[in-house]
Amino acid sequence: MATPTTTQPRGSAKVNRLGLEKSIYKGLDSTLCNGCGHDSISARIIDACWELGIKAEYVAKFSGIGCSSKSPAYFLSRSHGFNSLHGRMPSVATGAMVANNTLTGIGVSGDGDTGSIGFGQFKHAVRRNVPMLYIIENNGVYGLTKGQFSATADVGQELKHAGLNELPPIDLCLEALVADCGFVARAFAGDPKQVTELLKAALSFKGTAVIDIISPCVTFNDKDDSTKSYSWGKTHNERIFDVTFVPSYEEITVDYDEGQAKEVELHDGSKIVLKKVDRSHDPTNRMAAITLMEQAKTNQLFVTGLIYINNDRPDLRDYEDLPETPLAHMPSSVTRPSKESLTKLMQGMM
Amino acid sequence: MAVEVQTKPAPAPSREPIVNDFSITIATKNGSGSQTANATILRALFKMGIPVSGKNIFPSNIQGLPTWYTIRVSKDGFTARKDESEILIAMNKATVIDDVQKLKPGTMCIYSDGLGYTPQRDDVIFYKIPAAKMAAASGLEGKLRGYAENMAYVGVLAHLLGIEYVELESALNHQFKGKTKAVEPNTKTIKMAMEWAKVELTKADSYRVERMDKTTGMIMLDGNTASALGAVYGGVTFVAWYPITPATSVAEALGYYLKQLRTNPETKKPTYSVIQAEDELAALGMVVGAGWAGARAMTSTSGPGISLMAEFAGYAYFTEIPAVIVNVQRMGPSTGLPTRTSQGDILPCYFLGHGDSKHPCLLPGSIKEIFEFGWRALDLAERFQTPIFVLTDLDFGMNQWMSESFEYPDREIDRGKVLKAEDLERLKGNWGRYRDVDGDGIGWRTLPGTDHPLAAYFTRGTGHTDRATYSEKPEEWEGNLERLNRKFESARKEVPAPIEDRVTGAEIGIIGYGSTDPAIVEARTLLAKKGIKTSYMRVRALPLSESVGSFIRAHDRVYVVEMNTDAQMAQLVKLDTPELAARIFHLNKNDGLPLTARWISESLQKMEA
Repeated sequence: MATPTTTQPRGSAKVNRLGLEKSIYKGLDSTLCNGCGHDSISARIIDACWELGIKAEYVAKFSGIGCSSKSPAYFLSRSHGFNSLHGRMPSVATGAMVANNTLTGIGVSGDGDTGSIGFGQFKHAVRRNVPMLYIIENNGVYGLTKGQFSATADVGQELKHAGLNELPPIDLCLEALVADCGFVARAFAGDPKQVTELLKAALSFKGTAVIDIISPCVTFNDKDDSTKSYSWGKTHNERIFDVTFVPSYEEITVDYDEGQAKEVELHDGSKIVLKKVDRSHDPTNRMAAITLMEQAKTNQLFVTGLIYINNDRPDLRDYEDLPETPLAHMPSSVTRPSKESLTKLMQGMM
Repeated sequence: MAVEVQTKPAPAPSREPIVNDFSITIATKNGSGSQTANATILRALFKMGIPVSGKNIFPSNIQGLPTWYTIRVSKDGFTARKDESEILIAMNKATVIDDVQKLKPGTMCIYSDGLGYTPQRDDVIFYKIPAAKMAAASGLEGKLRGYAENMAYVGVLAHLLGIEYVELESALNHQFKGKTKAVEPNTKTIKMAMEWAKVELTKADSYRVERMDKTTGMIMLDGNTASALGAVYGGVTFVAWYPITPATSVAEALGYYLKQLRTNPETKKPTYSVIQAEDELAALGMVVGAGWAGARAMTSTSGPGISLMAEFAGYAYFTEIPAVIVNVQRMGPSTGLPTRTSQGDILPCYFLGHGDSKHPCLLPGSIKEIFEFGWRALDLAERFQTPIFVLTDLDFGMNQWMSESFEYPDREIDRGKVLKAEDLERLKGNWGRYRDVDGDGIGWRTLPGTDHPLAAYFTRGTGHTDRATYSEKPEEWEGNLERLNRKFESARKEVPAPIEDRVTGAEIGIIGYGSTDPAIVEARTLLAKKGIKTSYMRVRALPLSESVGSFIRAHDRVYVVEMNTDAQMAQLVKLDTPELAARIFHLNKNDGLPLTARWISESLQKMEA
């Protein structure tokens, strides 16, 4: 069967559908370590936004604290960025996305930021279904403080300074699933194609889209036996699907055999085409997704791809019944009730 | 109905009637539904034109622990708490002996026969009422019958004091928004109790009420509702909060009034969003996120909530993001006394956050001012791009107060310094988020979503240049902090100025703020009667106005009156005017109860001696 293609020319194209070169989507030079997985994710964010023709001015970037959280400075320099407090990105993004419901939200967090100090906020943002892309750059280690275990580190793992980790890992995909997240994916920073396609799909999803990207820390956690290392990722990355994202403004030009691929349509009319690799998984079945993640956790399987998708949950904008005009731009004539209304209110209290 | 009347002879002293000048304490059990009864009495008196105030001294408990509700009736318009009450309504077996013990000779007590209490004093007039039987006659069942017992004391009290039935009925209609089904059983019990009292009781006390015209045009409400309304008329568009006593009703009132006043009549859509957060960290986080993105955002909290908000308060101070935090102060430290009042968060709020952070704090001194500062706080937050604290307290927040009617905001909504795409075009993109182009320390900001390639900037809690880029350079760090101090000085001139009442020839000055105002006002009249002249400055905001110094200079001794243990405002005053420290005296008390005029007056006299 043929791989679905899109009319969007890739690679060779100088400009995207907004007529912009990819360099427009770049950020400042990274100050992370050479070879850091986070930098390749930044590059994929640039790719995805450029390929989709997203207007960077309408994007808001959010992060918490940690190596990962520095990275929003390294992509989309035309977007407002909010490098917040440790573990508090979800609440900040919640407020901002409600204040202006026309923004596209991209959040970058780490395993410490999300899995420990910000665990509660993460779960509640997912529960509220804050419309945003929520990337976890997961390396199993605290980098900026030089090599402590994070809550996603594997049992039995040893690190130079931290010693032996005896506690079981927190699986952030599982946590997202349990919190009713409608878009849960896992990817490997060393697998650029899949990361890009998942990012594009997530950016078009209505609600919180969580992508847990295993992103090796070359300085503190890249030993071959670490499940967060490059070599482990390269040898163990088990893609469930070949993921292809087809934006709403493109047609799927080729078809594929029945049973070979699954097509999921998103709210904006775009489609995610999931071509089975060898494992059989129904990404629209939440219990199946939970089971798959439990199996992966128990057996240290590195399954990647779109784990779960559910288009049906209302997002926070629906829950809040937000008006078309962003709250941020409500004119004073609307936000200050009339003098007569106050007079009436006062009479009622007399 | 079996009748039991007071049998003790009335004490001999003067039978001169005491009209519209006494306090009533109603002792009940928490959760017994007495709030409705007490509010009915309060409102009926208010509508009879008599100045009143009501204070609920309640436990941190849902059901069973003792509660005391005090209504002060004051023909002179004093609304502060008094040290004791002249009328006791005893409905709680657990406290009746103590409660009666506190009564002064010549006062009176109405008590329920259900307490199994036998009066032990003959210098107090007792009226025993068959509350349970009266409630049974109401026809109500179960819990509601218990509530009707409260209406029994309302009826008896109304008869004894002369509270007009028609005002009681209209108060109930007001409370139940005219729902006959809810009003009728209550009015029925009240009427029955009034009839019973008329036949069975012989009035032996001297207390009565008489209609006046001193509340015309006044309103009655709690401070938390005033806070909420201030924000509604201030154009708030985003609220995030977490339940905590005594601030919860701010958010609840916001929800209620926003729906009523801020639903777009055409689209039926809200023009606001209210989110109950997972904790106070997230509540302020959401507010800061919303404020950054351009909403008029606020939260309300108290005590431990303030501690949790410390990290975002410091963040918003340093990154310069508008936010309003209403702090309905309760007693701390720690969990403290969650249902008791205090002014213990002056220093914690002023300096909230690690490093050199500091925040303007508004200190409303009346219900009307709580409303006014409610909308002004949102303007100030956006003008100065910084968190603004509004400090009320439990006494203001959760008690019913009579108040002058609120005045509609006298100025347009101020959205502060925001650059739009066309401004950036005009500036050819030459702008810096933290650049002080106007000399007031306030930079210009852009909002995310601004359609200009150079609109974006990167908000960070780390060191930054005036273009919001990362910097660890010592001179850039210092320059930024100096500018923040300039901005703070600009705020000093814009926050509400103190209100002064200078008395010619007064050697003594009093500085006060917040909910202690009614007690200070009354204390000054007590002192004046003793020939002690005092001037009064009511501080309304931090940072302190420069006029505080001149007020102190104009007096030999200045007493700072406040409800906290560490004399927090006095410390701040000394910090601002160290050269005058020797003239400044602490007049502080912090026992969980609102200050009384007598305590202020007597303590001041003692210190003077």
